[in-house]
Amino acid sequence: MNNSLTLLGLLNREPSYGYDLKHSYDRYFGSGKALAFGQVYSTLARMVRDELIRALGEETGAGPDRKKYEITGAGEDKVHEWLFTPDVPSEALQSNLFAKTVIALLLGNDAEQLLDLQRSEHMARMRELTRLKQEGDLLQVLMCDHGLFHIEADLRWIDLTGARLTQLKKELQSA
Amino acid sequence: MSTTPSTSPILSARGLHHSFGPTQALRGIDLDVQAGEVLAVMGPSGSGKSTLLHCLAGVLIPDAGAVTYHPRGRSGMEISALRESKRARLRLTDFGFVFQFGQVLPELSAVDNVSIPLLLAGTRRAEAMRRSAELLERLELDGLGARLPGELSGGQAQRVAVARALVTAPAVLFADEPTGSLDSLASENVLTLMLEFVRATGTTVVMITHDARTAAYADREVIVRDGGIGAGYRVTA
Repeated sequence: MNNSLTLLGLLNREPSYGYDLKHSYDRYFGSGKALAFGQVYSTLARMVRDELIRALGEETGAGPDRKKYEITGAGEDKVHEWLFTPDVPSEALQSNLFAKTVIALLLGNDAEQLLDLQRSEHMARMRELTRLKQEGDLLQVLMCDHGLFHIEADLRWIDLTGARLTQLKKELQSA
Repeated sequence: MSTTPSTSPILSARGLHHSFGPTQALRGIDLDVQAGEVLAVMGPSGSGKSTLLHCLAGVLIPDAGAVTYHPRGRSGMEISALRESKRARLRLTDFGFVFQFGQVLPELSAVDNVSIPLLLAGTRRAEAMRRSAELLERLELDGLGARLPGELSGGQAQRVAVARALVTAPAVLFADEPTGSLDSLASENVLTLMLEFVRATGTTVVMITHDARTAAYADREVIVRDGGIGAGYRVTA
């Protein structure tokens, strides 16, 4: 998740203090991982520098938490562009797992065990997300569902690859 | 209040082998199911999952090996050595069953469907109806007891099947793809209600599923592969 753009998106609703912004972020997205104040203020400073937001005057004795920020036109464009540009589907885990599977077969190691260990790890995470879902509000349910469906996709790949290991090994040995 | 799974097995399978003609469905399975746990049994089609479940539940007698049942407060018994009449009795009183397509009787109302196992076990009709209605309410089907299965949604009909399986307060619930025919939301609803109930009552569950999201409701999973428990099996509770 892109924290800077998410914060910018929250500022697109209405001008806000850094303190309030952090709490909005934590409420919607910070489940189990609240954003640090330092990170919020450094992100805001960077966005001021890039003219995506501006400070609305300072109050006396002002630390960064006494500043109110509003989004600029360029900032609004940036949020719009972010919202309507599709993300590149992430293949990072699969690439790594794919590489590990091939290397295990090339080394004569137990690739099936490697996949089983990964499956156990995935299932443990799915159980954790399922528990979180049962305790949470609908926002948390949606967030957990997103994670669950992605992990499930990895598991399908693991299962299918597990079923193809014998053939894969033959092909690698004859290559 | 939910109960914590104990660490004593309620079902123990040792060296299970079973064949259908030339096809070896089980090739030496050892498995302990702990009392009060929810166990997911996963694995590819044809891997032996259903055969394993049928052996654990005393529906099938394995060609070799033994299944022992350790009921709370009673002495253990080797299910695989019991006569069919005794196994049938055990399935009625101690075990509950849920299948993918519910298999509720279409001519009977929801509450009549749920009461069948109680009536077969000799409970008086009024008492059977009272307990069935109570369970339907627990599964959020209050007010729908008089409806025929055809007048219910898929998720509601499946909850009737779950209620029927749980109405005798079984020690073990066997579920074979219990939400396999439902969409994601209905499936989640059935699983949540079913598992809330079993965790509150300490009922042990053995649940076959292809679906990792369904398996994630369990305490742990085992993978059945080529008639054996997967090589990488480890407890991840």
